[in-house]
Amino acid sequence: MPALLRIARTLRRTLLQAIPTVLGIVILNFFLLQLAPGDAADVMAGEAGSATAESMAALRSRFGLDNPVLVQLGHYLNNLAHFSLGFSPRYGMPVADLIAQRLPGTLTLMALALTIAILLGVVLGSLMASFAGRIPDRLLSIFSLLFYSIPSFWIGLMLIVFFSVKLGWLPSGGAGTIGSRLTGVPAILDKARYMVLPATSLALFYVAIYARLTRASMLEVKNQDFVRTAYAKGLTPFGVTARHILRNALIPITTMAGMHIGGMLGGAVVVETVYSWPGLGRLAFEAVMGRDFTVLLGILLLSSLLVIIANAAVDIIHAWLDPRIGAR
Amino acid sequence: MSTTDVGNFRSLVAEREATAEPEAAAATAAANGPAWSNMKAPDARSQQSAAVAVTNGRRALKVFLSNPNALFGTGFLVFVILVALTAPILYPDDPLSMVGRPFLWPGQNSAYPLGTDSLGRDVLAGILHGSRISLFVGLMATALGLTFGVLVGSTAGYFGGWIDDLLVRLIEIFQTLPSFVLLVVLVAIAQPSATTVTLAIAVISWPTVARLTRAEFRAIREKDFVMAARSLGYGHARIIFREILPNALPPIIVTSSVMVATAILMESALSFMGLGDPNVVSWGSMIGTGRELVRTAWYLTALPGLAIVFTVLALNLIGDGLNDALNPRFSQDR
Repeated sequence: MPALLRIARTLRRTLLQAIPTVLGIVILNFFLLQLAPGDAADVMAGEAGSATAESMAALRSRFGLDNPVLVQLGHYLNNLAHFSLGFSPRYGMPVADLIAQRLPGTLTLMALALTIAILLGVVLGSLMASFAGRIPDRLLSIFSLLFYSIPSFWIGLMLIVFFSVKLGWLPSGGAGTIGSRLTGVPAILDKARYMVLPATSLALFYVAIYARLTRASMLEVKNQDFVRTAYAKGLTPFGVTARHILRNALIPITTMAGMHIGGMLGGAVVVETVYSWPGLGRLAFEAVMGRDFTVLLGILLLSSLLVIIANAAVDIIHAWLDPRIGAR
Repeated sequence: MSTTDVGNFRSLVAEREATAEPEAAAATAAANGPAWSNMKAPDARSQQSAAVAVTNGRRALKVFLSNPNALFGTGFLVFVILVALTAPILYPDDPLSMVGRPFLWPGQNSAYPLGTDSLGRDVLAGILHGSRISLFVGLMATALGLTFGVLVGSTAGYFGGWIDDLLVRLIEIFQTLPSFVLLVVLVAIAQPSATTVTLAIAVISWPTVARLTRAEFRAIREKDFVMAARSLGYGHARIIFREILPNALPPIIVTSSVMVATAILMESALSFMGLGDPNVVSWGSMIGTGRELVRTAWYLTALPGLAIVFTVLALNLIGDGLNDALNPRFSQDR
């Protein structure tokens, strides 16, 4: 089967599967919003400072809040179909715009963290697999378990203490030097300096997972016939490890990386509050503190969509990498 | 912080194994030769594991007890549990009350071995009392999530058909929602308290268990002894709980120790963000209050964090030990 057809098939299947999930999430989101204490009219009255019972009723009927729940659900779905997530009275702007403003920051942070985690994890995992059962393997495996047990916000604070306070090498928070007018390469370098610590604290947790996963799948591949053939051909051990074993061991890693997008978004909420990084996570934190549930649920909805998109992307990458997958 | 990534990974592996098992079992039945101890080919290994798939409790215990890491983990966990139980006896006063001069560094005053915070509260008393809420939330949330997850997963896996389709959709919805974001939303809506935090963590942790249980049940329900039970006229409930569940337990037990660890991490992250129970001292909230002073008094952040790291590490070491003991296929290469 030609590769393009295979990918198209996978795409169709993934999209069909995603529809009920998206609907379920939207409906769940709506009911959570209903459960939240106070509605938009309460929030606006609170912001205004005072309101009579009549003006509250007027506000409610203006926003359709006095309709039956199912009618409101219809309105909510209709709004979503027009890409409207509601209005945030606190920020005085539509929630969708607010999220669009913060999304790039979180995405770059996550991309860097994922890259660090995969690179470091694969290196550690390959080392562990090459020394399987011996001292380096045991030591590294305890180390990776330690990484897995450290809360990201705590290691974030400790990195600040060490690298910003004691050594003074890296900034302790923010997203760029304020008032600097750098452009081009210096601007990127400046940005990178601010991203190193948050991305590292977000990545450490996942380093452990990738290291163990790489180790397990490399050990599994190691015993297969084509590896023995490669050795028999007289290839160097490093060549066999890098080109035959590792390459085949990478498929479960891409699967896991797709599954981790949701987890990383959650981790970003905490890490961004530690480093005051202007992303979705900080926005979520501010929304929690301000009890701004429209924003909070908008973030929840949008991040679930992001997870679905990431999973679809992984499926497609798989169909492209491995001909056996699309054929089903 | 993600919920149950290692849990996920393990359930993934278990799922893959579970689907592979019927074929492997058929292969064993066909071959039925002696179990070669030095077989290295992958198909031969799966045959071997199918032969020893019935977990021997005493053997598992022996493997677990001969693992120094797991023993260390168990020892440390027992120590933390003892601390949690005796904290009200050792420090009967409210750990949130001011007792001494503020900003005493650890070792400066022997009355407060770990120093005092910005309000003059004893750090050691806080850490000892903090273990109570961490363990409570971790254990209760896991128990709840485990119960619900096993119920859903066994129903889906045992009955199959449209019930299965429906429940799998439900599981998928919960696994798509980023768990920590959902957790924050739930706790923010329900107002933070020890109970709501526990319930919310249970809500986000059951899907992993449900998936794992479902995979195990689907594999086991085709086995001969289940068919025998069915032909004896046993009811569904009896087959599920007395026949299949005991055989599906090993991977669930392994996952549960990792679940306690993640629940503790989540609780600490929540209370760090100010979404914990405001009336009890917790490790996360101690870090949260120490955070503003991290430049000058970093010990206020470091010490409760170490308590979290070691407790969670102990639970993960136990989980690893259980995995080696209960899952013979994994322990072969070690």
